[in-house]
Parts: sequence; structure tokens; C-alpha cells
Amino acid sequence: MKTSPNQRPAPAGAGHSRAHLMFIALLIAAWVLWSGMFKPLLLGLGAFSCAVAGYIAVRMGYFDTRVFALRFNLRLLRFWAWLLKEIVKSSLEVARVVLARELRLSTRVVEVDTGRLSPVDQVVLGNSITLAPGTLTLAASDGRLLVHALTADGARAIEDGEMLRRVAAVHED
Amino acid sequence: MNAVLDVASWVLLTLGGISVLIGGIGALRLPDLFTRMHAASITDSIGAILVLTGIMLQAGLSLATIKLAAILLFLLLTSPTASNALAAAAMLAGNKPGIDTTGGKDDAQ
Amino acid sequence: MYYVVTLATLVTMALALARAVMGPTVYDRVLAVNMFGTKTVLLVSVIAFLFGRPDFIDLALAYALINFIGVFAVLEFFRTRAVRREADEGAGRR
Repeated sequence: MKTSPNQRPAPAGAGHSRAHLMFIALLIAAWVLWSGMFKPLLLGLGAFSCAVAGYIAVRMGYFDTRVFALRFNLRLLRFWAWLLKEIVKSSLEVARVVLARELRLSTRVVEVDTGRLSPVDQVVLGNSITLAPGTLTLAASDGRLLVHALTADGARAIEDGEMLRRVAAVHED
Repeated sequence: MNAVLDVASWVLLTLGGISVLIGGIGALRLPDLFTRMHAASITDSIGAILVLTGIMLQAGLSLATIKLAAILLFLLLTSPTASNALAAAAMLAGNKPGIDTTGGKDDAQ
Repeated sequence: MYYVVTLATLVTMALALARAVMGPTVYDRVLAVNMFGTKTVLLVSVIAFLFGRPDFIDLALAYALINFIGVFAVLEFFRTRAVRREADEGAGRR
């Protein structure tokens, strides 16, 4: 691990404080949810661990990279619904391949150009591809995803680029 | 408990069990690492979704449901990440994914 | 019934263990162990309701966290070992 936290200029700005607040709120919510007890000692321990986690996150440069670029809105929910449908569909396809008496595989590797997506959207796309059975993101570099597909149909669906369009649509304004 | 919810939850749980089992069979049966990862992906995505949603319907509106939803979200966020890391490490070590890795059983091309 | 899911998950865990023993490469074993781990999370969640012990769900979450970190730790170990071995071989050839 190469870390040089001391040399890093403190990125304290107005735009970042909202991310900080959201992060701390998330930590506190997680503590209260999993602890479920409201004794002063336990609440104090919770506050301490939230503070430590927040400090470590700042040291790691967690807030420099705009992880919160992923916005939760109706379009994201719609994308999740579509992704769920795709997962069910491709699961059935892979199940058919697995349970067939004779294995009929036509694996292939395809490349997807994701150049016009933001880095966070590229991660979303890569993970969505991996999440749907039958397709698997092997590598991501320079805005290109290397995708391994179990069936020719899966490869065609990736090359068709419907998932790419839908990921791009989530953050279109 | 509402009978409809009950039936729906049993259906989801049974389907989840079946899909987990299919993934397990696939992990044993498929010929190389990358195809096996597809089978493992069935158990990780659809299996987890069906089983945990089924239990959530049983739990109803309670703290347990929120925790189960958190587990499901965590699994769905981390399992692709772990798969990517595994695939990248395997490729780095020289495991080449390709059409010719299917050991002669490939009749498609 | 919960028993159906429990049984299916246990059988899948046995299949994953078989794959972990068979290999053939280290990465197959890591994949199998990762699969075993996520199935454990599902199994513990189901058992929480089978035995009426909702606090087991917390264990399931802890197991999911440990499993995720563990896979990365193991992969990192094998990656550095592969890199070091390659460097050693390169030095031997020279």
C-alpha cells in the first residue's frame, strides 16, 4: 500500500461537506441499526467508532474521488428493475446450459467501448455485466471493458449495447 | 400472516434453493475457470436475491427485514467486485479465457 | 419449507467443497471457497428463521464481510507470490 496522507492537500470545500455528512449519517445509522441499544456507554462507543471510521476514510482520500457521484433517483430504481429482469432471463439461459445433457458451450470474449461514460458509470456497467449470469467482466482499462460470455446470445446482447445505453441514461440530465 | 405472502415466500425460497443447486452443479460440471465463474454467478445473484427476498417476506415489516435488505445489497455490490478481482488475478497468472478452452466439447464454432 | 432451501444450500456447499478439492488451479479453489462463503451467508440467514433466532442475521452479515475481505487477501497473496516467482525465474535465466 502506497499511502502518503500527510502530503495530501486537505480538500475541505463546500462541495465536499455534504459527502462527509452523508457518510457520517450512514455510519451512525448502521451503528444504531445493528446495536439496537441506547445505553450511554454503547452510544459513546458508537460515536467513537464512527469518528475513527470517518478519520480513516478521510486519510484514505475517500472523499477526493467523488464516490457520491452515484445519485439515487427514480431512474436508478428503474435501471435496477430492468437489471433484475435481465438477471432472471440470463439465469434461465445459463441454467439451461448447465443442465443440458451435453455441454454446448460457445464462450467468447468481446470488448465494449465505454469511453463516453464517467468512471463511476463504468464501474456500474462492469458490475452489472458481472452480476448478470452468463456474462463476466474480465478487465477494465482505458475505457474498454473485456467481457467473457458463456453463450453466443449473451455475447450478442453485450455487443448490442443495451445495458450501456441504460447505464448512460441513469445520469443523463 | 397473510396467506398470499406466505405462498409467495415459499415459492421464492424454493426457486432460490433450486437456483443455488443449479449453480453448484454448474461449478462442478463446467470445464474451465471462467465458465465456472458464470455458474457461481447464478448462486451469487439470482440465488441470493430469491432466498433473501423469500425470508424478507416471512419476516414482514421489521428490523430483521432491513438487516436482510442490507445483507442483500452488500452481497450484490461485493460479489461482482470479488469476481472481477478473481478474473483479473487469473488472467495475470496466465489463465487465458477463450473459445478453445472448452476441451473439444465446443461444437458451436 | 425452510428445509428445502437449507438442504439445497448444504448440497451446493458440498459441491463447492468438491470443486475446491479438485482444483485444478488455485483460482478454481478460490472461486469455490468464495462460493462456499456466500452460501454460508444464505444458510445462516435461513437458519435464523428456521430456529427462530433473528440475531443470527448479524452473524450472516459479519460472515459476508469476512468472506469478501478474505477473498481479496488470498488473491493478493497469490498475486504477489506469482510476481515474486516470475522475478526469481527471470533472475535465474540471466
